[in-house]
Amino acid sequence: MTALETTTSTAAVTAPRGGRVEVRAAHKAYGDLEVLRGVDLTVEPGTVTAILGPSGSGKSTLLRTLNHLEALDRGVVAIDGEIMGYRRRDDLLLELSEKDVLRQRTEVGMVFQQFHLFGHMTALQNVAEAPRRALGVPKREALARGRELLETVGLAAKADVYPRQLSGGQQQRVAIARALALRPKVLLFDEPTSALDPELVEEVLAVIRDLASAGTTLLIVTHEIAFARDVADHVVFMDGGRIVEQGPPEQVIGAPRHERTRGFLQRIHAA
Amino acid sequence: MTLTARDAASRTLRTSGEESCASDMPGRPEDDGVEGGGAPADRSLDALGEDRIERLRVAPARRPVRRAVVTIVGVLVLAALVAIALNPRWEWGVVGSWFLARSIIRGLGETLKLTVLSGVLGFGLGLVLALMRLSRSRLASGLSWTFSWIFRSTPLLVQMLIWFNLGYLYDRIVVGVPFTNLSILDARTSDLMTPLVAAVLGLGLHQAAYASELIRGGILSVDAGQVEAASALGIPARDRNLRIVLPQAMRAILPSAFNEVIGLVKGTAIVYVIAHAELFFTVQLIYGRTQQVLPMLMVATLWYIVITSLLSIAQYYIERHFAKGAVRTLPPTPLQRLRANLTGLRSKSTEVRA
Repeated sequence: MTALETTTSTAAVTAPRGGRVEVRAAHKAYGDLEVLRGVDLTVEPGTVTAILGPSGSGKSTLLRTLNHLEALDRGVVAIDGEIMGYRRRDDLLLELSEKDVLRQRTEVGMVFQQFHLFGHMTALQNVAEAPRRALGVPKREALARGRELLETVGLAAKADVYPRQLSGGQQQRVAIARALALRPKVLLFDEPTSALDPELVEEVLAVIRDLASAGTTLLIVTHEIAFARDVADHVVFMDGGRIVEQGPPEQVIGAPRHERTRGFLQRIHAA
Repeated sequence: MTLTARDAASRTLRTSGEESCASDMPGRPEDDGVEGGGAPADRSLDALGEDRIERLRVAPARRPVRRAVVTIVGVLVLAALVAIALNPRWEWGVVGSWFLARSIIRGLGETLKLTVLSGVLGFGLGLVLALMRLSRSRLASGLSWTFSWIFRSTPLLVQMLIWFNLGYLYDRIVVGVPFTNLSILDARTSDLMTPLVAAVLGLGLHQAAYASELIRGGILSVDAGQVEAASALGIPARDRNLRIVLPQAMRAILPSAFNEVIGLVKGTAIVYVIAHAELFFTVQLIYGRTQQVLPMLMVATLWYIVITSLLSIAQYYIERHFAKGAVRTLPPTPLQRLRANLTGLRSKSTEVRA
């Protein structure tokens, strides 16, 4: 009934190409509060990276700098070698025009904790909106592809329903379909299941699991440790604006080397 | 004790069938027909039996205070209507004879024209000002703030008179290229500033200052996540504003916006100061001649009531349109409700016959 049955079609609908994500010396502060204090990270194309860490550790901020929703104070972010938000000329970073930033963003999809579906549009309109407005895809084509995408997340029957008439899990699946509509190279998930009732978490994780095998690069900020261990190729543990530890899940989750990682995982397991 | 609660519940159930009995003996558990008492087996709906449960109906609660208030208000309204209709000094006959007079209709047309033109100018410019005010550009938001500051702090009457007398302040209006003799427009101010232009400018710019704040409030009421999601999806600023934010802001904007428009309809009466013959000025002209002050004022009032009523109906349907997606199910329109009531009555009557 859900996406579990439609696994095969996901790869066909989303373009099987992933982008390489590089973060170098990322610094970001809000006033006196340093949120990122020198983050370096490389994510290989087509892999799944889970970012773990206590709240306030800078996970979400890091994610939001990847599509330039937040600008870094220092350091750079690049997708496939293209610096996000700037054009480099020698040692100068020239700010890109709004139009160019928007174009860059169409290559990076984002799924939010609170879904942020457009409340006045039906599920199908939500999915078709960005291709039409950002890429100029003709309406009919955008709607047809929107239907396909809704099918891959198991919501073909809900195409004409407004977000408020859907459960949280269904809303988040529509949001995933909406992010996929631009055929992004990279997909960012900012705690995609944190706002969901426990019994709705699995239907969203199932959709993400499908995507993991589809070739898009995925970065997932999550508190679902079991899911991270199961799906991620690479796990990053952040604390205090820095990456404390990273590596394959067997290592970071299975046998953490750092005291802080161990402490965090114990608290999560205890909860 | 739990008994009372249970007793109350079963009594409510009983009232459906046998209303009188329940009101007879309030608060006495023993009066209960459903065999009160302690046996645990009875403390269950099972005691009622299945067919009894099938037969249960809901009798609406009685609201004596509400009924009394409705009655009193009804009597007062009726008294007021009688007092208005039967007092000959209101001269309803005069009202009737002037209501559709050609001069009144012409004045009404002017009032509507002024409302539409200054409404469009007011809300169009208001939208631009609201977006400017919210823009990240200091210059844009500063300009917008200054506009609102000036036009909200000057009395409308003064603004109107300044526009109308602009010719006294500035002889000619010249639009040209500085330091050359090229001019795109060169005209005498008094030729440009007709009463209509002065009235529309006065009302429209004043309205824009208020509309911009009202629209800005609506935009601020939309969750910031909506804009964030749209930017993350690469949707351009124009579409973010017009397709994502504004439609959702409309729910907050519309009730106050209709207030403003309705205010504007009557506010147009202020242009009597520059002798533009809209409805109110026309009425004044007539009663100045005939001395039938009150009846003529009633003619204008009745027309204002008609316009406001039409606008209120429009407001209902426009608000309903923008409620799409914001409520789980839209409430039925009055027409739908009427139809439902009619079919409901019909089915009830057939039931009775059967």
